[in-house]
Amino acid sequence: MFYREAGQFYTSYAKDQGIFQLRQDKYGLWGILFIAFIVVPVGLYLMVQGGLMAASTKDYLYNSIFLLLLVNSMAALGLNILTGYCGQISLGTAAFMGVGAFTAFKFSTGLNYRIQHEDDAGELVSQLVPLLPAIDNPILLVLIAGAVTAVVGVIFGLPSLRIKGFYLAVATLAAQFFLVWCFSRVEWLYDYVSSSTIQIPPLKLFGLVVTGSETVMRDGQQVTIYPAAETKYLICLSLVVFFAFVAKNLVRGRIGRAWMAIRDMDIAAQLIGIRPLATKLLAFAVSSFFCGMAGAMSLIFYLGALEGAEAFNINESFSVLFMVIIGGLGSITGSFLGAAFITLIPIFLVVVLPWLGGQFGIPVDAAMVEHIQFMVFGSLIIIFLIMEPLGLARLWQIGKERLRQWPFPY
Amino acid sequence: MGEFWEFVLAPVLIFESWQFGMEVVISGLLAGVMYSLVALGFVLIYKASGMFNFAQGVLVLFAALNLAGFIGLGIPIPLAILLTIGIMILFAVVVEYLILRHLVNQEQIILFMATIGLAFFLSAFGETIWGSDVKKLDIGIPQGRFEPFGIQIQYLELTAGAVAAALVTGLAIFFNKTKIGRALRAVADDHQAALSVGINLRTIWIIVWAVSGIVALVAGTMWGAKSGVQFSLSEIALKALPVLILGGFESIPGAIIGGLIIGLGEKLAEVGWGPYVGGAIEDWFAYILAMVFLVFRPQGLFGEKIIERV
Repeated sequence: MFYREAGQFYTSYAKDQGIFQLRQDKYGLWGILFIAFIVVPVGLYLMVQGGLMAASTKDYLYNSIFLLLLVNSMAALGLNILTGYCGQISLGTAAFMGVGAFTAFKFSTGLNYRIQHEDDAGELVSQLVPLLPAIDNPILLVLIAGAVTAVVGVIFGLPSLRIKGFYLAVATLAAQFFLVWCFSRVEWLYDYVSSSTIQIPPLKLFGLVVTGSETVMRDGQQVTIYPAAETKYLICLSLVVFFAFVAKNLVRGRIGRAWMAIRDMDIAAQLIGIRPLATKLLAFAVSSFFCGMAGAMSLIFYLGALEGAEAFNINESFSVLFMVIIGGLGSITGSFLGAAFITLIPIFLVVVLPWLGGQFGIPVDAAMVEHIQFMVFGSLIIIFLIMEPLGLARLWQIGKERLRQWPFPY
Repeated sequence: MGEFWEFVLAPVLIFESWQFGMEVVISGLLAGVMYSLVALGFVLIYKASGMFNFAQGVLVLFAALNLAGFIGLGIPIPLAILLTIGIMILFAVVVEYLILRHLVNQEQIILFMATIGLAFFLSAFGETIWGSDVKKLDIGIPQGRFEPFGIQIQYLELTAGAVAAALVTGLAIFFNKTKIGRALRAVADDHQAALSVGINLRTIWIIVWAVSGIVALVAGTMWGAKSGVQFSLSEIALKALPVLILGGFESIPGAIIGGLIIGLGEKLAEVGWGPYVGGAIEDWFAYILAMVFLVFRPQGLFGEKIIERV
C-alpha cells in the first residue's frame, strides 16, 4: 500500500534512467543517510549525556562495530565490482587491502628510506631519510592508497586475460601470498622496525585530531586532546557513502554494462566490440582502488597500528568474499547487507555464546567460543547458500515485492 | 661471474656440490609427492561433481586429527585406522545428505563457497573434539635416514613416495577396471547422460567423497608423521591448489606431475634464492610459478582443452 509505483510516471529520459525509480526508494535512502549521519551520532551523544549509556559503550560501538562495518563495506563494494559485475573471482582481496594500508603508512611518514654508513668509530649508523614531506590529511592518504593499490591490482589482474574461472581464483592466491610475504619481509615497507608493525602517526583533518593525540595549552594548562570516535566515524561514513554513489553510477553506465557483458560471456562481449583487455583491467583497477581505500581506512581509523601478515591473511580474503556472496553478487545494496551480516554475526556470537552457556550451566571459555563461532559461522554460510544462493539482495527484492501489496493483497 | 648472474643462477649453482644438490632435488620431489596426495582428493571430487572442494585441506587435517586422537586413546593402530575410515565414510554420507543434494545445479562459485563454509565448520569441529594442541602421529613408519652414495634420504620421505605410488595405482585400477569406477567416469563426463543410463548420482557422490576422505587420511597420516598433527596442516594443504592448476583440475596424472614440479621448484628456489631475499619464499613461490605457467597454458598441463563457443 505504501510501497507502490502507482501514479509515478517517467516523463523524461532522465527520469527513466534515474537511480531511484520509485519515490519511496529515494526517501528511504535519504532516511537511512539521515539516521547514519545525524541520528546516530547525536542520539548516542545525548544518551551518554543523559546517563543512559556509558561513554565506553559508545566508544565501543563506534570503534569496534561501526568502523569495522564501514571498512568491510568498502572492501565488499570493491570485490563486488570485480566478482559480481565483471565475473572475475579473486581470493586476494586482503592482500590488496594490505597494499592500501602500507601505502597510507608510507605516505603518512614521508616515504622513508634508510641510509647506512659507518661513523668514525666504525659502527654502522642507520638513518631514516624522508623522500617527500609527510602527508597528514587522512582523506588524501586514503585516496593515494587507493590509487597505488589500483596499479598493483592491474599488475596482478594481467593473467586474467588468459586464465578464467577457478584457475584465475587460484592465480589470485599468488597475489595474496606474495604480497603478505612482502608485508613481513620487505623492511622498507614497515620502516625497518623489528616487529614489522606499522603505526599511523598523528593525523589531522580541518584542525580536528583524527589519530594519535595532541597536547595544547588551554587556559594556561596543558590539555591532551584525543580523537573523538565520532570524527573517525563521520569521515569513514562520508568516504563510504561517496564511493558507494561512484560505484553505483559506474555499474549502471557504459563501463558497468561492458563489465556485465564480459561476466556473462566474454567471447560474445568481444564480438560486440568490447575490448576484454581494457575492460577486465579496468575492473581490477577500480576494484583494487576500493579495496586499497578499505585497507587504508582500516589502518588509519579502525586499527591505528597493525601487523601486515596478521591483519591481511587469507581468512580476511575469504570473509570479504563471503560478504559479497551472501550479500548478493552484482548488487551495491547487497555489498552493504553482506558486510553487515558477516561483521555482526561473530560479534553477536561472542556476546551470546557465553551467555547461553551460563544459562545451561556449561562453562564456555575463549577457545571454545572461537571454535563454536567458526562452526556456527560455517554452518550459517552453508544454510544460507542452500536457502538463498542469490544472497540478501535477492531477499530484499522479494521483500519489496511483498511490500507492494501489503497489507491488502488485491 | 658477476653478482647478478650468481643471483639468477643460484638454484643451479647449488649443484656445485652434487650430493647437496641431489639431496635438495630428492627432498623437493618427495615434498611434491605429499602435495600430490592432497591434490588427488581435490581432483576426485572435481571430476565427479564439478565441485571445487576447498575443504579438502581441512579434510586432511580432520582425518589426521581423528587418527591421532584414536591412537592417543590407546586403540591399536589397525583398529584406529579402520575407525577413521569409518568416520570418513560417515562424513561423506552426512555431507551428501545435508549439503550436496540441496545444491544440485547451483553455480560453481556457490558450491565453492559452500565448501569454504564446510572447511570452517570442520576445522573447528575437529579441534573442539580433539583439542588444538600439536599431536604426534606415529604409526610405525621408520624414522631416521640412510645414505646411499653419500646422499641423505629420510625413510619417511621414501615411504610417502611408495604410498603415493600404491595409491595412484590403486585409484587407476579402481577407476578403469571396476563397475563403480566406470560409473564415476560416466558421471564426470556428463551428469545427465549418466543419470539417464541409470547411475545413481547420490551414491556416486557418497563414494567419491568417501574415497577422497580416505585419500585425505593417507595424506594426513604422511604429513602428520612428518610434522605433527596441528592446525597449520590445513594451510600446508593450500599448496595443493597451485599443484592442481599446474596439473589441470581433471587429471590424476596431472596432480602427481604437478606436485613433483611444484615441490622441486620451490625447494630449489628456497635453497637458491631464499638467502638473497630474506627466506620463506616457499610461502608464495609455488603460486607465482603456477600463475606464470598458466599464462602460457591456461588449462594446466593435462587439463581438458578449453573450447569456447558463443
